[in-house]
Amino acid sequence: MVSIETLALLIPVFPLVGFLLVALNVKRLPHGIASFIACGSVFLSFVAAILVFTTLLGLPEDSRSIAVDAFTWIKAGNFRADMSFLIDPLSSIFLLIITGVGFLIHVYSIGYMHDDTGFNRFFSYLNLFVFFMLLLVMGSNYLVMFIGWEGVGLCSYLLIGFWFKNQSYNDAANKAFIMNRIGDLGLLLGMLLIFVNFGTLNYISVAVMATSFSTETLTLITILLFVGAMGKSAQIPLYTWLPDAMAGPTPVSALIHAATMVTAGIYMVARNNVLYTLSPLSMQLVMIVGLGTAIFAATIALKQTDIKKVLAYSTVSQLGLMFLALGLGAFTAGIFHMATHAFFKALLFLGAGSVIHALSGEQDMRNMGGLKKYLPITFATFLIGVLAISGIPPFAGFFSKDEILANAFAYNPVVWGLALFASLLTVFYMFRLLYLTFFGNVRANAHSMSHIHESPKSITIPLISLAALSIAGGFIGVPEVLGGSHWLNSYLSPVFAQSKALVESQHHLDHSTEYALMGTVIALTVGVIIIAYVKYSKNKHVPVADANLSGGAKLLTNKYYVDELYNAIIVKPLYWLSNIFDIFIERLGIDKIVNAFGGSVVEGGKYTRLSQSGSIGYYIFLMVIGIVLILFYTLIG
Amino acid sequence: MNIPVEYYLWLSLALFCIGVLGVLYRRNAIIIFMCIELMLNAVNVLLVAFSTYLNDVDGQVFVFFIMAVAAAEVAVGLAILIMMYRNTRTTDIDILNRLKW
Amino acid sequence: MVVFSKSPVHSVLYLIITFFCIGGHYVLLNAQFLAVVHIIVYAGAIMVLFLYVLMLLNLNRESEPHKSTVMKVAAVICGGLIMVLLVGSLRGTEQMMITQSTDIGMVKTLGKVMFTDFLLPFEITSILLLAAMVGAVMIGKK
Repeated sequence: MVSIETLALLIPVFPLVGFLLVALNVKRLPHGIASFIACGSVFLSFVAAILVFTTLLGLPEDSRSIAVDAFTWIKAGNFRADMSFLIDPLSSIFLLIITGVGFLIHVYSIGYMHDDTGFNRFFSYLNLFVFFMLLLVMGSNYLVMFIGWEGVGLCSYLLIGFWFKNQSYNDAANKAFIMNRIGDLGLLLGMLLIFVNFGTLNYISVAVMATSFSTETLTLITILLFVGAMGKSAQIPLYTWLPDAMAGPTPVSALIHAATMVTAGIYMVARNNVLYTLSPLSMQLVMIVGLGTAIFAATIALKQTDIKKVLAYSTVSQLGLMFLALGLGAFTAGIFHMATHAFFKALLFLGAGSVIHALSGEQDMRNMGGLKKYLPITFATFLIGVLAISGIPPFAGFFSKDEILANAFAYNPVVWGLALFASLLTVFYMFRLLYLTFFGNVRANAHSMSHIHESPKSITIPLISLAALSIAGGFIGVPEVLGGSHWLNSYLSPVFAQSKALVESQHHLDHSTEYALMGTVIALTVGVIIIAYVKYSKNKHVPVADANLSGGAKLLTNKYYVDELYNAIIVKPLYWLSNIFDIFIERLGIDKIVNAFGGSVVEGGKYTRLSQSGSIGYYIFLMVIGIVLILFYTLIG
Repeated sequence: MNIPVEYYLWLSLALFCIGVLGVLYRRNAIIIFMCIELMLNAVNVLLVAFSTYLNDVDGQVFVFFIMAVAAAEVAVGLAILIMMYRNTRTTDIDILNRLKW
Repeated sequence: MVVFSKSPVHSVLYLIITFFCIGGHYVLLNAQFLAVVHIIVYAGAIMVLFLYVLMLLNLNRESEPHKSTVMKVAAVICGGLIMVLLVGSLRGTEQMMITQSTDIGMVKTLGKVMFTDFLLPFEITSILLLAAMVGAVMIGKK
């Protein structure tokens, strides 16, 4: 039996090897072999993750935290940072999700990208991404996490701009990467502050020492770390890259921007739960930003017409809900929602990809409709995904969302009201999407409908698997009020035990309040579904063309003009400034200095060559002078 | 027959310095060659003196070889000189400045 | 004399006298073989070569322009510098040492050493002389 340490080391190695094998042979490998290597490596990681998980389950609760050292990396004075991994319940959950959902998306990509010339390159990038994401969640210190953090940013850039011949896709990739970098600056500053104050970057050491520092220091650190999370997980104000990132192929949107990379921020805040619990101000900040983002993005999604953009804004909104949960101190609820969200959001994206694939690239919902009878499997799985995200029991989303709402109510009923508003908006636009795409008359033009077909097995099987997970995934966290034992809560409790101990006992709702809340939520949800049904299915309302918008609809469709605002305030002045730098400092300053070096050599040569007079007498004279000097130096000096 | 080695040191030194002076002072190529021979001879004298002093035969063998090499060098040098004279009708070494930049 | 005489032929003759003197010194130093070789090679062959060339090129009269005075002074100073340096360096050596008369300079000893320890340089020197001859002939051909 392989030891857990070896397994832990192997988990990131498989995708790395897969990446190297495919990337170094990009032109040579036939598509079948490349996809086999790529999917196989992620599958092996998945198997290893399952083994790690079961091994952890077999251990007693207290000792479920294993550190595995790969090699010593930095050792300078008292500071030591190793390439080492931490296996504990939090990272094992993430490992399962990343490798499991990642594997399904790899299989999906075989069918989706099968006639693309960059097939091999795509799979190599996917494997690289899985590697970096695994590194991110498995690291036992901030440095390893940062490697993974930057690496997934890089892979996001590579994959968004995958079809690089289109300049607007490249711009979207640039935007994603640069916004990520802005967030990373905050993360880096936070890490530096941790290093300066704590003297170590190891998670466990930091958690142990956390109580001995002032609240102001911790607040500053946590706010900076959260800036990093804002960039990576697309919260206000650093969220505009995520909708533009839909320029990448749909499997990319599913993997990176729904299930994994955007959850890196959630992971980071959960990992630093001790630090956050000790700084109430930043918890409030997290909560407010999360809630604001949830509502803001949900309103924008109401009026979007591109199927992938709706899902993108939905992701931003759901991430806001997760951060809300984390900000309330309900760390388990946030992780739970992240897990279920990974399932149904990936399902929704893959389903959207299946629709786009069947319609030969059509992405505007106004040109879809009535696809229910053409794409039955896609429709069925998509319906399950929409039910899950709306929070209909017994699908996965119900349990996780309900837990967040319960915690919000326990904190403050106003917060509960706002979160409920965001959830209801979610229900509305998701069902709008469903009705516009699958119900009603067929509005697609002849070109799109020419090749319409249900997608091949490599696409439908992942869809079905994710649908099953969306149905069953909620059962890992059934709360006591409904008779379950909330297995996830007890599994993750060692990770959050310290922060729980630091906070006074949470407000606990009694069961009748919880039933009342649940009932209200379900009733309102059903009500919203009925409204959406009436508007879009019964009345067959189709969103108008862009030119005919007015007023509030125009504001929402144009995303509150936030992009334009950023462009005017930040981008244009930056370009102007760099232009000035270019002219004055670069051309006139640095270029001149560097050229002067070369020029001085040339000038010097011009004068030195005059000593070549050619007359032998002169040369002999110089020879004798040279001998004199040498003699002088060796005999006297 | 006991001559102090020092005297030979000074003799050789004097010969060598006169040779250097001649090389720098004159412009006629032949005279310069002769002064080079003078320098070589100075070294020879020194070597022989020390070989006698240290009772080692290596010095004299070395002198032997130096003489052979000097002879060869003179032959080739004079040949070059003759060619130079044929081209420029003079033995002035300052004329040969074709290597000028 | 060699350096400062006006006519090249006179310089050559003075040099020959110098060589004879040095040969005499060799004899004093108990290096008879070398003395004879010295006279044969230098005074006999090399100087004769010089005279041949002088006659060939008819360089008897003093036809060369002198160097500029600056160069002459510079040359004297240079030579002087070398002398000063070497003298200065040799001044600090130990006091007088005495030569002894030994058997070293005998032809027999020299020959034995030459053909055993120094065989390789000996053979290579012969090749060197060959090369020099060929080179001189090649250069001298029209």
